[in-house]
Order: sequence, then C-alpha cells, then structure tokens
Amino acid sequence: MRSGIVESMEALVSEAERTGKKIGELVLEYEAKLKDVPRDEVWREMERRWRVMKDSVIKATAKPPQLPFKELTGMSRKVLTRKPLFLGSPLMKAVARSMAVAEYNASMGRICAAPTAGSAGILPAVLYTVMEEYEISEDSIVLALFTAGGIGLIIANRASISGAEAGCQAECGVASAMAAGALVELFEGSPRMVADAVAIALKNLMGLICDPVAGLVVSPCIKRNAIGVMNAFLSAEMALAGVKSLIPCDEVIDAMGEVGRKLPLEFKETGLGGIAATPTAEKLKKSLTGQI
Amino acid sequence: MESHNKSQSERKFIKHVRGRCMPRRRVESVFEIIGPVMVGPSSSHTAGAVRIGRLARELLGDRPVYAKIVLHGSFAETYRGHGTDRAIVAGLLGFAPDDERIRDAFSHAKREGLKFEIVTADLGEEYHPNTAKITLRGEKGETIEVVGSSIGGGHVEIVEINGFLVSISGTYHTLVTIHRDVPGVAAKITSLLASRGINIARMNITRKVRGEDACASIEVDQEIPEDVVRALERYPEIRIVRHVRPI
Repeated sequence: MRSGIVESMEALVSEAERTGKKIGELVLEYEAKLKDVPRDEVWREMERRWRVMKDSVIKATAKPPQLPFKELTGMSRKVLTRKPLFLGSPLMKAVARSMAVAEYNASMGRICAAPTAGSAGILPAVLYTVMEEYEISEDSIVLALFTAGGIGLIIANRASISGAEAGCQAECGVASAMAAGALVELFEGSPRMVADAVAIALKNLMGLICDPVAGLVVSPCIKRNAIGVMNAFLSAEMALAGVKSLIPCDEVIDAMGEVGRKLPLEFKETGLGGIAATPTAEKLKKSLTGQI
Repeated sequence: MESHNKSQSERKFIKHVRGRCMPRRRVESVFEIIGPVMVGPSSSHTAGAVRIGRLARELLGDRPVYAKIVLHGSFAETYRGHGTDRAIVAGLLGFAPDDERIRDAFSHAKREGLKFEIVTADLGEEYHPNTAKITLRGEKGETIEVVGSSIGGGHVEIVEINGFLVSISGTYHTLVTIHRDVPGVAAKITSLLASRGINIARMNITRKVRGEDACASIEVDQEIPEDVVRALERYPEIRIVRHVRPI
C-alpha cells in the first residue's frame, strides 16, 4: 500500500528495500499519486522550492541582515569569514549558512520553511554545502529533498513539527533529522541507515525546548539552526559508519512526540520559560515593546 | 498598549496554546513539510498576517485608500519583531505571503496612496491571540470592518465582517453576501450556484438582529464566474456581494 509508506519509517524503509528504489523516489511517487498529477509536475515544484532555498543561502550570506537585537547582527558573517580552528571548513561553512538563512528569515527575507520558518536554515545549508563541496548534481539534491520531506511527513503525523506543540525538538530537531536522513541517502547509505540517522539525530536533540526571547524567531533560534546542522552531519556520519540506533526509529519518533506533549507550556513557544524567562531576556523584551 | 495586564495575557496565551494541542489535521503533502515558500520570520505572525490583509482587501472589493489596523494579543506584543504590521499592509496592497516587497510594504503603501494607522488594543478574551481588526475605506468610499485571526502554520480565519460572525479560511473561493434577513434569500443564492454547477463546501449565515441584515459566507469548490456575482447583486434583498479568491 503506497500511502502507507508515510505512516512509519519502517514501512518506508521496507518498501525501499523491497523495490530497490530510493526513499526519495518513493516519496516522489507518493506525492504524484496524492495530487493525481504527473511525476514531472511534482518534481518541478520541488525544484522551485530548491531554487528558493539556494537563493536564500546566496542572498543571506551576501549581506548579513539587521536583526531586532543589534548585538546579534552579523553572527553568520563572523562564522563564515573565520578560519575554523576545530571544525572542518565545509562544516564551518554549513553552520554559517544555516545561521545566515535563519537571520535572513528573521529580517523578512524569502525562505522555504523546512519543516518550519524557524528551522528554515538547516536543510538549505546542509544541502547547498554538500552540493558545492562534493560536486553533487542538482537533481540529486532535489531527490534528497523528497527524502527529507518523507521523513518530515512521518514525524509530523506521528509526533509534531510545531514548536508551539512540542518545543524546538519538533522544529530544529526535526529539520536536523530530515537533513541527516537526506545526507545518508545522498551518500549511498542504505534505507536502514537513513532510519538510523533519523533516529540518532532526533535522540540527540530530544527534549529541546522552544523559548524565544521576546517571542521573536531570533534568539536562541539562529544558533539552534547551527546545532541542527552539526547534528545532521554527525548523525549521518555515524549511520554511514554503521552505527545503529538501539531503539527503532518509529519508537524514537513516538517518544519525541510524547516528550513534546509533556513539556510544560512555558517551553512551547510562549516566550514564558527557559532562555526567554531570564532577567536579561525580560529586559530585552521590555526595551522592544517599549518602542510601541 | 491599552489595558495591558501581563499575567492575564499570559493566561490567555496559555489557554490558546492548549487549544492548539488538540488533535489536528493530518499532514498529507510533502510540500507542507518542504514549504511553504514565504517571507519570514513567522508563519503565524508574518505569512498569516499577509493573508488576513489580503482577505480584507478582497472583502472590501475595492482599492483601499485608508486602513485602521488594530493589533490584539500576541500580534500587539510582538508585531515589530515579526513585521506583522508590514505584513498586514502588504496584504492590503494585494501582495502574496512570499512577496519580497513585504519588507518595504510601508513605502509601497505610500506610493499607492494607501494611508494607514496601526494601534494596539485588547479586543477581549474571546479572540485568538493572533488577531487583527482592520477597518478599510476604498477608493469609491465604501468601508468595511474585518476581524481576522492567524491560527497557526500560516492558516487564518476571518471571524467577523462588519460585526457579523463568520468563518472564512481563505483556502476556497468564497462568496460573501450581506442581505436582508427575509425568507428565501439563501435559497436564491444556493440555487443560482447549483444551476452553474458550483458545489458548496461550507456555508454559514448569521445575523445580529432578527429581521434586519444577515451575512452569508459560502465556501465553494469551483471558481465563481463574474456574471454570478453580478446576478446576485441584482437581487433587491442583497446589498453587498463579494467574491473572495483563495490565497
């Protein structure tokens, strides 16, 4: 049953193993069937979204936008122009790009949510960087977006992709898991390895709360895009090395949803807890609303 | 900020968030995950706000020349950081949520002769925290008052038109009428739609006082041809007819 493939990672992985197709191809076929349109049409729509993502990386890194908190303006530029000490150069670039796109989003730039606007830096940064560094074709990247999208669909329906419902683990955590799975498939990992990468990535960021200062998608959101990128590469690298998740991916997803439901409301995009409730954050919030 | 009580507003916000944790719609399409394409930073406070503005423009049915925008709840508290004010003005100018001109909506408004004022107020607990009340005046002098809420993920709901309670999502072609509250008007409208093969997805009729005016909002599956709108305008009981296109 085709539509069943987005019910669970197990169904998606089994179908890929059974047919020998990539997860991305299965998701492309699913979407064409869902919309009752030719595959080409669905493909072109994803290409259009990839162009928006690429565009957001290019524009965001060209000129760092102004942020509501002036002291944060130019963060991504600082990272981008520094010769990395600890990280490899591609990883450093990917981190900087994710921050740049998150900054661009915060300053009313045009982005493609993936899966949300607040986590929109992660997938474009990861995919743009590997495309450039490893000479991967645009078609492979577009196919990887279907892989990522399929993973996101499963998580959205089993758990959540909303910070207001389940905290940042459901936004940056899910974006990171989507990127990790997409990376594994791009670099010829097995469908099983994709599921392991998703499970590892989700576990690493499980419980992450959504606590935006003054309710704005700026702090700590921009830096959480950066950790989402690091975690995606880390989880993909581990899965490609053959590291398995002890707990099956679907159970990890369900656990993430459960953690999200049980998180106190203060930690779910209300701006009332965590970083948002610190004395400095309260002061910053007052200084912003004081402008009204 | 008028009558701002922090702890009360926090309670309201929490109540609202709890509401959002109720069972929700299944996500079917991969483009709801890789997408939407939008101008940031927030699907609810920016993209949704553009939609509310654009629906208000469609409901006015004319080029707006003046707008009073009242921001309520979370909209009132965070509108500067989220660009909610610019987003609503952009919508009033007819921009889409992914239009890069949203950032400069104020200067576009000036160029296009749209004067506006933005104020914050507590509209009351019954309203969703992301709500705006927009009073518009068009080129031809007609005015309309629209209340819209951004209910999450960029989805919106128009909840009031000129004080009539409505529920318009903006995802369908929608026919809105304000007509005399007398027997047979709804039948006339629906039979005209049926005769043109237009299927009704959702319909709602409300009134403020019995026997005065009523407001019908009808979400349909097909495009509504211009001559259907013209035909409805000729009915003596119907004062206002609007065709709101999906956004």
